[in-house]
Amino acid sequence: MSAKLKNKGVVPSITVPDGGKWATTARQTAADLLSETGLPHRRDEYWKYTDPTTLTAPEATPAAIFKSDEALPFDGVDAVKIVFVDGVYDAAQSDALELAGVEIETLADAAQKDIHWAGSVYGVLEGRGQNPVSRPLASYNTAVSEQGFVIRATGKAAKPISFIYLHESETSDAVIHHTIKLDEGADLTVLENGPAAARINAVMEVEVADSAAFHHVRAQGRDHERRTATHIFARLGTESSFKSFTLTVNGILTRNDAIIEFTGDNAHATVAGACAGDGAFHHDDTVFITHDAVNCESRQVFKKVLRNGAVGVFQGKILVKPDAQKTDGYQISQGLLLDENSTFQAKPELEIYADDVACSHGSTVGAIDDTALFYLTSRGIPHKEAQDMLTLAFLGEAIDEVEDEALADDLRSLLQGWMARRHS
Amino acid sequence: MLEIKNLHVGLEEEDKQILKGVNLTVETGKVHAIMGPNGSGKSTLSYVLSGKDGYEVTDGSAELEGVDILDMEPEERAAAGLFLAFQYPVEIPGVGNMTFLRTAVNAQRKARGEEELSAAEFLKVVREKAKSLKIDADMLKRPVNVGFSGGEKKRNEILQMAMLEPKMCILDETDSGLDVDAMKLVAEGVNALRDAGRSFLVITHYQRLLDHIKPDVVHIMADGKIVKTGGPELALEVENNGYADILAEVA
Ligand SMILES: Nc1ncnc2c1ncn2[C@@H]1O[C@H](COP(=O)(O)OP(=O)(O)O)[C@@H](O)[C@H]1O
Ligand SMILES: [Mg+2]
Repeated sequence: MSAKLKNKGVVPSITVPDGGKWATTARQTAADLLSETGLPHRRDEYWKYTDPTTLTAPEATPAAIFKSDEALPFDGVDAVKIVFVDGVYDAAQSDALELAGVEIETLADAAQKDIHWAGSVYGVLEGRGQNPVSRPLASYNTAVSEQGFVIRATGKAAKPISFIYLHESETSDAVIHHTIKLDEGADLTVLENGPAAARINAVMEVEVADSAAFHHVRAQGRDHERRTATHIFARLGTESSFKSFTLTVNGILTRNDAIIEFTGDNAHATVAGACAGDGAFHHDDTVFITHDAVNCESRQVFKKVLRNGAVGVFQGKILVKPDAQKTDGYQISQGLLLDENSTFQAKPELEIYADDVACSHGSTVGAIDDTALFYLTSRGIPHKEAQDMLTLAFLGEAIDEVEDEALADDLRSLLQGWMARRHS
Repeated sequence: MLEIKNLHVGLEEEDKQILKGVNLTVETGKVHAIMGPNGSGKSTLSYVLSGKDGYEVTDGSAELEGVDILDMEPEERAAAGLFLAFQYPVEIPGVGNMTFLRTAVNAQRKARGEEELSAAEFLKVVREKAKSLKIDADMLKRPVNVGFSGGEKKRNEILQMAMLEPKMCILDETDSGLDVDAMKLVAEGVNALRDAGRSFLVITHYQRLLDHIKPDVVHIMADGKIVKTGGPELALEVENNGYADILAEVA
């Protein structure tokens, strides 16, 4: 990191990187805010269940590199592949930054230019997401990040953009910031996969203009010791659509925040995730959806399978502003505990100021259904295989949120691999 | 084929004895029926034989082709040739019926050292058998038993039995909740499987199923024991006079 943090809520001293005008302004604003809020600590309302110490420590805790000969997820997808190694863009391993209907530039290049739209997105959506809950790790990211891409979709993208985050140094500490804008009617899919570094702080800001559609599918890598904090900030225009899905298997600490704001009517947002953790695994999804427009629909679907002391956390809020009539907000979070040592904590919140809305939320935690297990084994399916079938079925309900069948199949086979490895 | 001797079974969780000395021998190729009032222990017997948790065998034995099955895992009993058509088939959201069937068939083949069926071979066989049970493609695609009607669930049990080709088939109240047409369909499915090498234990509360699946031997179970054994005429006696007379007679 170019600037070191001090721990425990103490304001870090930050030197923002030089760049063009718009980037410098945004970085300075974020740095100023951070000096007001300080870094997160356990006493903060939304850090009660997750200890941020290793995320805010001056140095990343070293993490062993996970080696595998297996193909990476989404390998078979025809996409513009953009590779990062330990959080640094590697042009040599990447495809040319050319895609019909899309402009792609590195953050470093874009920051030198007068790109007007970038100035209205970079640090801006993140800044809007700081209220009413401050998100200091995102402020920090905006203030210091020099890695990431600035992407504008002007029409329907010919193929997805696929970010591949390789982890090669045991002590790497990455800060990545993507800034994405979809113009009216545009359609773009962004894929992400890989652990990125020993520690990663990632922010993605997505402006989805009227009638545009953004799809995001992410797999967070198989490294056991990596630590990850991600934020997605999205603002949705009229009749737009935003769908984000995250698969997490392994990783000692993962905190994924999604902050979605509806500003145009008749829009749709889905934020979904499936995770599977075994042993030293702490996984926290924190979602904040603000309905500030009429007749919008939001879905949150999160499923966590936990064993050997793994911990799952879900904090999900739906805020419906006074004029956001006809809001349809749905939220489900479920934990499947494969043993008695694992825990799942859920904190669903609804805050509704409009009177004509349909919001529902549910949260469950439980073990494998014995009756179903007996039914399967009585047909000759071995116990472990039967347990895997039921586990996959449980997570499958979250994966069903991924529209693209090929991508969904990739995710299912990642999970199958994870489960098969538990038996060896 | 199946030999049950002096079987005593209680619940694991509470101090309650359910089976109190069941003796029963089903010969190879024969169809035996068990009738009896509700709560007499018929389902418990079928669960204990197929290996469900929660029961404790306190005495006696159960052997399938001379091999003690009571210490086996449910999947081992299945691979050994035992099959239970459930009184209440279980719904399993998220697991496709077809995937379930194929996994089960191949798991059993593997356990027996046989070659697994390819997807194409499996599909051909399952389509044929499903058709004769009037199970349509949609039911095969849907999650196991989810949203199936009572009759569809029971037909799905018979389809599983037809695919797995067990040696010893136990049918627990497969007729309950079926209308006459559905019952005929199910009975035809069962009769199609009747074979010199295959035995059946048909548990039923009513005689009417036995009009379609003709038993060789009929047992009456009451309060955890077989209290009377006879030929098909015993079922008719139950039909005409109810259980009261028989129970009074053996008391
Ligand atoms: N898991 C259980 N917990 C409590 N009681 C049970 C359980 N299983 C069976 N029983 C009791 O054992 C007796 C026999 O039940 P069951 O085997 O279902 O009878 P049947 O199938 O003949 O109607 C009943 O009194 C029933 O309530
Ligand atoms: Mg019963």
